[in-house]
Amino acid sequence: MAEVAAPSIEVNAGRERYRALARRKLTILAVMTGALCLSFAVDLAWGPARYGLGEVVAALLDPSSVSPQVRAVVWDIRMPVAIMAIVVGAALSVAGAQMQTILANPLASPFTLGISAAASFGAALAIVTSVSLLPVAAGMLVPVNAFIMALIATLFIHFISQARGVSVQTVVLLGIALVFTFNALLAFLQYLASEQALSAVVFWTMGSLTKATWPKIWVTLAVLLIALPLFARNAWALTAIRLGEDKAASFGVNVRRIRLETMLIISLLAAVPVSFVGTIGFVGLVGPHIARMILGEDQRFFLPGSILSGALLLSLTSIVSKSIIPGVVFPIGIITALVGVPFFFSLILSNRSRSW
Amino acid sequence: MVALQLQSVGAYHGRKLFVEGVTTPMMKSGEMIAVIGPNAAGKSTLFKRITGILKGPGSVVIDGARRGNAIGYMPQDTSANAVLTVYESILLARKQGQTWAVSDGDLRFIDEIMKALNITSIAFRDLGALSGGQRQLVSIAQALIREPEIMLMDEPTSALDLHRQVEVLDFMQRQARTKGMIVLIAIHDLNQALRFADKVLVIANGRMRACGKPRDVVTAEMLREVYKIHARIEKCSLDHDHVIVDGTAH
Repeated sequence: MAEVAAPSIEVNAGRERYRALARRKLTILAVMTGALCLSFAVDLAWGPARYGLGEVVAALLDPSSVSPQVRAVVWDIRMPVAIMAIVVGAALSVAGAQMQTILANPLASPFTLGISAAASFGAALAIVTSVSLLPVAAGMLVPVNAFIMALIATLFIHFISQARGVSVQTVVLLGIALVFTFNALLAFLQYLASEQALSAVVFWTMGSLTKATWPKIWVTLAVLLIALPLFARNAWALTAIRLGEDKAASFGVNVRRIRLETMLIISLLAAVPVSFVGTIGFVGLVGPHIARMILGEDQRFFLPGSILSGALLLSLTSIVSKSIIPGVVFPIGIITALVGVPFFFSLILSNRSRSW
Repeated sequence: MVALQLQSVGAYHGRKLFVEGVTTPMMKSGEMIAVIGPNAAGKSTLFKRITGILKGPGSVVIDGARRGNAIGYMPQDTSANAVLTVYESILLARKQGQTWAVSDGDLRFIDEIMKALNITSIAFRDLGALSGGQRQLVSIAQALIREPEIMLMDEPTSALDLHRQVEVLDFMQRQARTKGMIVLIAIHDLNQALRFADKVLVIANGRMRACGKPRDVVTAEMLREVYKIHARIEKCSLDHDHVIVDGTAH
């Protein structure tokens, strides 16, 4: 083997190719951002009351130039839903991405680890029995209960994963056991529930963006804005963890600390949106996989990629959910999987080597 | 000039003291030390203790290191299948604890190391598409890119063909000599250990059995006691010692 020598033209080829690939990834991120903006605009323009894109843009840029009716529909009805779709999609997708990263498992997501199921149980507890896990106003009972249960489930997963000798596979297995446990508890409550409460529980578990309000948006956005800089700071370390614990440690990464920090942030990131909009399972699982297949797992690209893929997926779903039957907005939890699955399948089949 | 010495070093695996009482002579800059011993003897555990991944009694004394983190470690397990190219995975090793920006200097160094290890042809292949041997070469590059002064390599040649084994060991020996590195290699091939190592450290049942010049340490008696084999040590035409195995000892 040659000694480490002065760079030649051949040696520089790697450097140039790396730079070209990095530029390509940045272009992909820019295209995804453009697509998200477009999807957001269409989401605002789309609805039972048909307004032109120009009218919607005018309502956004200069609200006084349009009629009060248009202003109210765009700003008070459609805007919270359209923003919530983006914020929730981003939060769930990032939560799923980092769960998959630190647990080294492609199945990890808020949905598959029982966090969504726990939230559903918490919500049902509030709807069916009015039992409150925290002393809060009646209007906040459902989201607060859902949040507490989601947080308990995440912390349970976290503490189990910290126990000595517990492998990441075991953690995922326990998460799946949690799904069954909370689903059974939910079924038990549904069995006891009155007809009216039952329909409320079923609607909640389907997940719906129509529950969006500005305070809920701000809270979810705040959690996201706290989480992202922390993930960004650990970008190299999180990428290294995907090479295995020993390898990451050999690079000087404090694996235990990064796992703890990440899991605690994930618990908020997964629990908050689920408690506000119900079970929207698919985004947290598929959003990161789409980003991984397109951009790879270098967190400098994977992290923004997961944000954008999750946000775009849910924003597009939001449009579809009100397009199927004019005047009817379907619960987004149902539509997410229906829209996402064909796309996901086509990506996996065309890109098998990069799926995990 | 860096120097390394282990003083009564032990290592915990869980609550069990898996390795104990390892005291070595001073290992000096430019030396290559082969760490040998049967399976589950404690070689990897000792490496993890030296690196600081595992805790335990005793002290790992490092003298004359230029910077705080002087140790590079190449773990035995190279099976990870992250969706990263070889190039990205080496960059990752270089950039830990640093900003997102990647300088031309970083990339130039990666290119140089990949060329030195003859792996430029797989630079933009995904890790998941590599053979076991290619993974080991990439893992060596990841350790070297961190410019260690003390390099611990856990079975770096176990998946390599003979030609590549000799190439890699020869390369590491030259790295030790030219860069003043201390290279510790856990290795099962005793003939390669005899050929390339300046010192051999024998571990069995979590304890150090011997540490010294290969000729003094790798003896028929040691092989019988530690490896439970009947063997002779003979010289080849190049005047290297070779282990000729006659059979197992029961």
